[in-house]
Amino acid sequence: MTRKIIVRKLFYALLTILVVLVFNYILFRVLPGNPLNMMMRNPRATPETIAAVKEFYGLDQPWYIQFFTYFKHLLTGDLGVSFVYKAPVADVLAQKILPTVLMVGLAEIVAIVVGIFLGILAAWKRGTKLDVATLSFSLVTYSVPTFWLGMILVVIFCVQLRIFPTSGMFTPGKSFPTTFAMLQDLFMHLALPVLTMSLVLIGEYALTMRNTLMDVLSEDYITTARAKGFRERYILKKHALPNAMLPMITIIAINVGFVVAGAIQVETIFSWPGLGRLMYEALRARDYPLLQGVFLLVTVSVVLANVLADITYSYIDPRVKN
Amino acid sequence: MKWKMRLKKLKEFSRAVARNKMALTGSVILGVFILVAIFGPILVPFSTMEFGSVEDMLQPPSSKFLLGTDDMGRDVLANLIHGARVSLLIGAVATMISMVIGTLIGILAGYFGKRVDNLLMRFTDFFLVIPWLPLMMVLAAILGTSLWNIIFVIGITGWAGTARVVRAQTLSVKERQFVERTVSIGAGNLHIMLRHILPNVFPLVFANTVLVAAVAIVSETTLSFLGLGDPTMASWGMMLHYAFEGGATAAGAYWYYLPPGICVVLVVLSFTLLGYAFDEILNPKLRGR
Repeated sequence: MTRKIIVRKLFYALLTILVVLVFNYILFRVLPGNPLNMMMRNPRATPETIAAVKEFYGLDQPWYIQFFTYFKHLLTGDLGVSFVYKAPVADVLAQKILPTVLMVGLAEIVAIVVGIFLGILAAWKRGTKLDVATLSFSLVTYSVPTFWLGMILVVIFCVQLRIFPTSGMFTPGKSFPTTFAMLQDLFMHLALPVLTMSLVLIGEYALTMRNTLMDVLSEDYITTARAKGFRERYILKKHALPNAMLPMITIIAINVGFVVAGAIQVETIFSWPGLGRLMYEALRARDYPLLQGVFLLVTVSVVLANVLADITYSYIDPRVKN
Repeated sequence: MKWKMRLKKLKEFSRAVARNKMALTGSVILGVFILVAIFGPILVPFSTMEFGSVEDMLQPPSSKFLLGTDDMGRDVLANLIHGARVSLLIGAVATMISMVIGTLIGILAGYFGKRVDNLLMRFTDFFLVIPWLPLMMVLAAILGTSLWNIIFVIGITGWAGTARVVRAQTLSVKERQFVERTVSIGAGNLHIMLRHILPNVFPLVFANTVLVAAVAIVSETTLSFLGLGDPTMASWGMMLHYAFEGGATAAGAYWYYLPPGICVVLVVLSFTLLGYAFDEILNPKLRGR
């Protein structure tokens, strides 16, 4: 992996982000019925408000100046003011990042560990009941809409069994005497969102692991290893697994977009105070500056995650030089 | 002659499908839902705009309402049958849009190569990497919530995977001798792409369609659930949206929030089963294990 390739990959990522920014501009400023037009035509808007909006977006300037203004605002982190929160969009976003990262991160860790483990077991014991069960589980969870799974889990664990709280991050109005008590409350609120997210992801990871491992196990060098008289467990651990693990990195990276979709639904169902819930709220209230802010943050993060995975992959796998 | 050969291949393929348990299950479930979507609404007259009487609100299943009623006093079963038509229609048209765009871009990129390929694949990568749900949400919010906008939004975002697969296949077909021979006779680009490349990438496009359709159905359900569906068209996603907003889970109205979800799962599962089976049939490495 030479520096040149990394630089090229970063350049492509930058290009993609640039396209995202232009795309975002077209969506919110150029398309007919775009939010800016709607704002200007709002009968309740006072002349002062309209003047302020015109001033902020540079609407009386030619389009290339407007475009430049848009970029200048982005670079200085000025994403406008949220209609609902009546605060700068950047500040609203900043508060919501940690809850999402906490929930999604935990779910990813659980899903990756369990998924890989299940996939290995299924591939190793292929054709057995365990394999069929893993396969069926994966196909079913892949077909279930995430939000509906969340609804079902709410009914089972909150309405019927009353084990976990239905919504939020902490019990409202409760004061915590110790940090431990606070963490305990947080854990109770985290359990169901994390369970929902990871259930959806486990199936996909397990299936990918199973299929790649089965591909690797049918390669000639595995047969050679068997002919040498190595034990099956040793072949699996030392010969097959290292190669089968590689595609998992790509799958997990490609999956980030899917994870984002899951997070929006899970956070909506469980009223988890993160970016996904924020996007849903912005959408329902047609709070366009906020909607645009979340959209930008999420897409840029996903593009960066993909590049990072790409670079990591070529470091780990010496076969990928270009 | 050529058609006879293709017919034979098709027969072989359907025989492989019939032998494959997954493919068979998938086809049967999907077949039932397609029949319900076509004939159900004719047999069960129902209007989503007409509300039932107050005493019929959120009633559990009974002999009068086999699957109970929703919070507007409407028959859940009738709603479900009409929802089948809306959900499957949106899924089918959106999938068609995706397949046309994906196949077109894939063939053009693979056939012309070089700069065209580079440009089109950058464009494809953009759609591949950008998270689909936020993109759809933003698009739907700006375009407005109507049936055709939802179809357009789902169709326009779901083609990137197909384009990649078709491009790869086009690259390999292009190098085959019969294409080279046609070129030497003096056939034009359009003729080669339509008559020689397209028929050869078609099986792949077909196998890809079921996977795209599964995603399209889930997308419709999710968008509708998030409040971006057409309020005048009761798709399964819209039913779940109303169930969630109306607090059906807390009220214990299982007959309201379970059936639409189960229908979505069954339809998507049947597509997934077919996709997995096609993969097994077309990819011999996985076969027979």
